[in-house]
Amino acid sequence: MEGLTLSDAEQKYYSDLFSYCDSESTKKVAAHGRVLELFRAAQLPNDVVHQIMELCGATRLGYFGRSQFYIALKLVAVAQSGFPLRVESINTVKDLPLPRFVASKNEQESRHAASYSSDSENQGSYSGVIPPPPGRGQVKKGSTSHDTGQPRTSADQQEPVSPVVSPQQSPPTSPHTWRKHSRHPSGGNSERPLAGPGPFWSPFGEAQSGSSAGDAVWSGHSPPPPQENWVSFADTPPTSTLLTMHPASVQDQTTVRTVASATTANEIRRQSSSYDDPWKITDEQRQYYVNQFKTIQPDLNGFIPGSAAKEFFTKSKLPILELSHIWELSDFDKDGALTLDEFCAAFHLVVARKNGYDLPEKLPESLMPKLIDLEDSADVGDQPGEVGYSGSPAEAPPSKSPSMPSLNQTWPELNQSSEQWETFSERSSSSQTLTQFDSNIAPADPDTAIVHPVPIRMTPSKIHMQEMELKRTGSDHTNPTSPLLVKTADLSEENKINSSVKFASGNTVDGYSSSDSFTSDPEQIGNNVARQRSHSGMSPDNTAPPPPPPRPQPSHSRSSSLDMNRTFSVTTGQQQAGVVAQPPAVPPRPQPSQAAGPVVHRPVDADGLITHTSTSPQQIPEQPNFADFSQFEVFAASNVNEEQDDEAEKHPEVLPVEKASDPASSLRVAKTDSKIEEKTAASAPANVSKGTTPLAPPPKPVRRRLKSEDELRPEVDEHTQKTGVLAAVLASQPSIPRSVGKDKKAIQASIRRNKETNTVLARLNSELQQQLKDVLEERISLEVQLEQLRPFSHL
Amino acid sequence: MGWILVTSATVILFLQNYPLYIRSVPTENELKFHYMVHTSLDVVDEKISAMGKALVDQRELYLGLLYPTEDYKVYGYVTNSKVKFVMVVDSSNTALRDNEIRSMFRKLHNSYTDVMCNPFYNPGDRIQSRAFDGMVTSMMIQVC
Repeated sequence: MEGLTLSDAEQKYYSDLFSYCDSESTKKVAAHGRVLELFRAAQLPNDVVHQIMELCGATRLGYFGRSQFYIALKLVAVAQSGFPLRVESINTVKDLPLPRFVASKNEQESRHAASYSSDSENQGSYSGVIPPPPGRGQVKKGSTSHDTGQPRTSADQQEPVSPVVSPQQSPPTSPHTWRKHSRHPSGGNSERPLAGPGPFWSPFGEAQSGSSAGDAVWSGHSPPPPQENWVSFADTPPTSTLLTMHPASVQDQTTVRTVASATTANEIRRQSSSYDDPWKITDEQRQYYVNQFKTIQPDLNGFIPGSAAKEFFTKSKLPILELSHIWELSDFDKDGALTLDEFCAAFHLVVARKNGYDLPEKLPESLMPKLIDLEDSADVGDQPGEVGYSGSPAEAPPSKSPSMPSLNQTWPELNQSSEQWETFSERSSSSQTLTQFDSNIAPADPDTAIVHPVPIRMTPSKIHMQEMELKRTGSDHTNPTSPLLVKTADLSEENKINSSVKFASGNTVDGYSSSDSFTSDPEQIGNNVARQRSHSGMSPDNTAPPPPPPRPQPSHSRSSSLDMNRTFSVTTGQQQAGVVAQPPAVPPRPQPSQAAGPVVHRPVDADGLITHTSTSPQQIPEQPNFADFSQFEVFAASNVNEEQDDEAEKHPEVLPVEKASDPASSLRVAKTDSKIEEKTAASAPANVSKGTTPLAPPPKPVRRRLKSEDELRPEVDEHTQKTGVLAAVLASQPSIPRSVGKDKKAIQASIRRNKETNTVLARLNSELQQQLKDVLEERISLEVQLEQLRPFSHL
Repeated sequence: MGWILVTSATVILFLQNYPLYIRSVPTENELKFHYMVHTSLDVVDEKISAMGKALVDQRELYLGLLYPTEDYKVYGYVTNSKVKFVMVVDSSNTALRDNEIRSMFRKLHNSYTDVMCNPFYNPGDRIQSRAFDGMVTSMMIQVC
């Protein structure tokens, strides 16, 4: 024997057949009996059969060993394909279809085949044709009784062999496999309540009738060459077939008829149909299912609730466990209800099961709802309702090869189906959609986030400042009043939070405009502001150029620098610019720091003062530390002066103002930086000398003041008077860099604060150092004295 | 209240203190696991009652380590319908972290929900769903 190479499909198929033939499990098959039947089923002329047997060596051995058997099968395939029988052809012929053992030469044969195929081996036959819904139970009987003369024994024997060649195609291997598989579970043939399959097979029935040993056969078998039946099912005959199926008794008779018709249909189908997987639903079946669906749920787009489905499928008399499994498989979206697609899949599975097919572990692709295609199905006559349940002739999946195309059957209700399908998809995705939707909801509103006050204090002020800035930009910087007024109004309107922003803007604006007014009345402001100013000035941050509060918006001409520090650092002379530049943008930061800054720096330069004031006002918005208005005023004044390029003058003015403002600022800052206030106050003088503060944005204080004023206003009425000043100052102040993001402002504010703190601490440190020096000096002097005295003492 | 026991091998699902589903990977000592699970049911009940009414929270469904025994750790999880999942894990399996246990319970819960959705399943029956089995198997393979 030549070596035989088999493809996997072939391998499986052959092994199944061999197993089938090897009824005694002796690993060798007698030449007679099943093998013979099998070969006969191959529809080959006898001489060919003999030739094959010779070639494979069985004649020599007297029996078919496995290898011989395989070779024989291969030769059968070769012969069926029309190739000359030669030993070489075993391996040379490529892509040989599996040998088909179809007894469909005539009804009888088909019956035989059917019977055979009914055996588990029958995969091929069913290509896609599901035995008509076996009248459950009944059909079985029918088939059993329906022995139209089929040799039962032969049927039994044939089980595997004659996989009825799927009329349509080469025996799909999967069915083969499947069948085999089904055989296993079946264990005993009679185990399964093959009642179902019975009818199923009944069409074949006739052929198998005998086979009914059928039932036994059934149980184990994959749908016997139901193809024919199925086919017929698909065609008009199926209808009748179905009918027959149901009524058990009737089935018998009808089965025969059906078979006959089925045969015809089968052949027809064989020619027409394509390969399918065994789980494909034919059009007729689909139609049938749909009708069944309608009986339960008129709306094809609707669901069948679980309970109704349960009832319905319970009628199939399948064990609950299997039904449960079928449900698991078919309820695709796990919602406890069946859509049309799911229902069809379930029905299909039930039919398959009844026909002896084992249930798959996973839903075959062809049954997946999404795969179901709504094509126009040949409008097979509606099956009678009875058929409906009894025999969902779901095509017993003769072959498992999922072939979606199979589902693509013309479907009269294509539209409907599509809708259903879509519905299904929608359903299936609904949860996802919902989920997505929900998830979308959450993030929804980034803008709102913007709106909501970022915890940063600066934020609102920033926003406001920005608003103000915008307004200011809109308005002429040179005309601070208008924007200033606006700002003022805004300031007043807004609450503290906003006011801070306004302040910033106002400061910037007012800073400029009010500078003049400030000069005129710096003291007034100073009183109120002074404390604050001083406080703010005292803030340790004074040393550090009060970090420019939010950079004044570039739009603001004066505050173009937007960075008080920058501004100040530029030149004192540029205080104006600085002022302008900085109304420390809504001093996110505690004004005290800024205030302190300016205060501290005041001595150094007016800018510092201004800065201080500006910062303080700015801080005000941030904190209740309203920048000292006094500071602001002073600052404003100084700013004004600065604007007038008269910083120096301002200094002294600022100083007093500062001092005055210190308390004010302290008030303001008290809230946040009481300590700083003290320090600032203390350090102010020290700092004055030190004048370390660079021109901390002079405008800052002004601005801040404006801002703080605004804030204060709502909070502290005492500053109302300064409002005007502040307003002016603010107006003159460089626009607060509202544009700066809130975060920026916040960061800047915090930076400023920290700087202020640093400054304060640094100042303190220096003071302490100074004290230490002093003390050391004293000590030294005392020691010297002591020394001097000592000799005396010694003396 | 079913409970489910999973050990580095065993999974038992119990309903009303009688088992709905039992699965063990190492098939020996199964009785021992069963015993442990039964005893742990008391602990679960205790925790449930202690939790009070607000049981809806997912977090509360997960009971965590019920009690460690010499070689094993027992984890509990209870659903809102008082179905208890008990998992016994081998202590030698130290790789299992709480998160993993939680995710396992979550999966179990989801699978159990799917089983319940099946109209053919009567609550109180033993769970014979193949999908459930498959899930548990894969989970246990992962663990062991």
